[in-house]
Amino acid sequence: MDLFEYQARDIFEKHGVPVLGGVVATTPEEARAGAEKLGGGTVVVKAQVKTGGRGKAGGVKLAHSPDEAAQKAEEILGMDIKGHTVHRVMVAAGAKIAEEFYFSVLLDRSNRNYLAMCSVEGGMEIEQLAVERPEALAKVAVDPIVGIDEAKAAEIVDAAGFADDLKAPVADAIRKLWAVFTAEDATLVEVNPLVRTEDGEIIALDGKVTLDENASEVRHPDHAELEDKAAADPLEAKAKANGLNYVKLDGEVGIIGNGAGLVMSTLDVVAYAGEEHGGVKPANFLDIGGGANSEVMANGLDVILHDPQVKSVFVNVFGGITACDEVARGIVGALEILGDEATKPLVVRLDGNNVALGRQILADAAHPLVTLAETMDGGADAAAAKAAAA
Amino acid sequence: MSIYLNSDSKIIVQGITGGMGAKHTALMLDSGAQIVGGVNARKAGTTVEHKDHDGNDVTLPVFGTVKEAMAETGANVSVLFVPPAFTKDAAIEAVDAEMPLIVVITEGVPVQDTAEIWAYLQGKSTRMIGPNCPGIITPGESLAGITPHTITGKGPIGLVSKSGTLTYQMMYELKDLGFSTAIGIGGDPIVGTTHIDALEAFENDPETKAIVMIGEIGGDAEERAAAYIAEHVTKPVVGYVAGFTAPEGKTMGHAGAIVSGSAGTAQAKKEALEAVGVKVGKTPSETAALMREILQGA
Repeated sequence: MDLFEYQARDIFEKHGVPVLGGVVATTPEEARAGAEKLGGGTVVVKAQVKTGGRGKAGGVKLAHSPDEAAQKAEEILGMDIKGHTVHRVMVAAGAKIAEEFYFSVLLDRSNRNYLAMCSVEGGMEIEQLAVERPEALAKVAVDPIVGIDEAKAAEIVDAAGFADDLKAPVADAIRKLWAVFTAEDATLVEVNPLVRTEDGEIIALDGKVTLDENASEVRHPDHAELEDKAAADPLEAKAKANGLNYVKLDGEVGIIGNGAGLVMSTLDVVAYAGEEHGGVKPANFLDIGGGANSEVMANGLDVILHDPQVKSVFVNVFGGITACDEVARGIVGALEILGDEATKPLVVRLDGNNVALGRQILADAAHPLVTLAETMDGGADAAAAKAAAA
Repeated sequence: MSIYLNSDSKIIVQGITGGMGAKHTALMLDSGAQIVGGVNARKAGTTVEHKDHDGNDVTLPVFGTVKEAMAETGANVSVLFVPPAFTKDAAIEAVDAEMPLIVVITEGVPVQDTAEIWAYLQGKSTRMIGPNCPGIITPGESLAGITPHTITGKGPIGLVSKSGTLTYQMMYELKDLGFSTAIGIGGDPIVGTTHIDALEAFENDPETKAIVMIGEIGGDAEERAAAYIAEHVTKPVVGYVAGFTAPEGKTMGHAGAIVSGSAGTAQAKKEALEAVGVKVGKTPSETAALMREILQGA
């Protein structure tokens, strides 16, 4: 889960990372109040969107009074930045910046450890710096057990080439950012820019934090509050409430399968089949998981049949742990509950555990909307054809 | 022959008394695997009742620690069905006991925990498979995990995959040919055994004649495997990659299955594999057909 800047700021503050005052606002009035709370002087009004390049897009504006903060907030709220609508701004205290630096620590999948990156040239897009002047970006591997201790922090600031008088305070900030990384179970903590003010303070001016959702589930119940529920697709929200693994996509063929890999593969196979049928595409990713029972199947079908874009549905299940008869009962049961609301054709392909019984249950029910497919490719083709014909 | 697991493997189950542990202990016994006991500190000294492959009663001892279980039973494989909050401690206990192979089935393990387990087992004698994986099966010999043992039997194909159900699908498509070993390495951002590890083991296994490698979006494991194949693998390899239609920035079921910017796409992985001469199927059935051609055409 990616956090908004204001959420990252709050988390930084919680762990002692030096930050400036900041108040989130969803209306110009709240922005005015925020600016007053910060002392009534110069503030920066910043669009809160989970994408980069908002400064260039006009989503960051200086305001010299609470009234001006309200006015700037009004201009920024509702803006579209790379497809993200701005619903919130952060009113942040102004800073007199002397120098800008960069620091991040992230999960390094390839090396199965963490990677700290640091540069005395902050402020710009780090991807650009990495390409144009790789020697200016220090990369230091971090052992997951040892972490960023004093010695490692010293190694990082040395590698980045900080001036001697800055080494100690920057290393201190880095150790606090490391505390954020571990205490909150992040997979990314990035500060860009990390600044030195004219008063000589080191401050994390803009932060980006990605949290590990597995860890949030296991040991951070408070992370649930950080979810951007307003931005979630209503079908995704409904699926999540039912414990389903669902991602809304932009196509016509609803997909239900078991196991993440098989469902991803089903999406691909349906997209290929769609090329022969007027370019229809998969409408969603939905994994009912290993060992899914009839209730889970029914919940999944309920979500997909309520997607107005869906013209047909392909249920593709390989029963490993999942029993095909359970899946079949789920389909029959869901169609009974939905009654007249169910109007879209379903193509069902079952194989594996208890397949004969599963197919028998569907054959006996003889629901007019349900067609059985023998193979995954055949089922994908049939579902795409039905979507194209609808 | 096979890789990592054979008929001599003696398996214990950490979490044998839990729902998942009990269910899959029964299925592993039914496959003919030698399950010799389990671990649960709170139920040490008790036993659990199951049936073996022939329907005979089996009484399995529950030990307090992995170390004790190994000393009493000679176990050399541990399968973990431990809830995600306790997986790190359970895995580290097995590493400390010098368990040669641990298979972590658990889904939802915090990635910092997995990173710590991985760092901890460096230089030690344990191999980890998983987490978030279906485990490993050597058909007709042994099963350490949750792969259905009834899909197919012994044969010349080695399979390594990030995905459980795609493993089952592929075993099903090629069930008439059979498999030496099928290993599901798991869909998390960090896993203990990689495609490369499995490719190396299959290359060295005389029983394996050809290899199917299944990947999916996220990370660069497939690209690295491609580079490894070019240098070190002489046996034919057929590939499949899932997730061509996955949108950027969305996690597709598996915690590790995410396209970040332009990195981790299915297209890039396919191209990397094809560049080193690996034939990549467009669908699972086309992949199976490619394998069939190699084994039957030769």
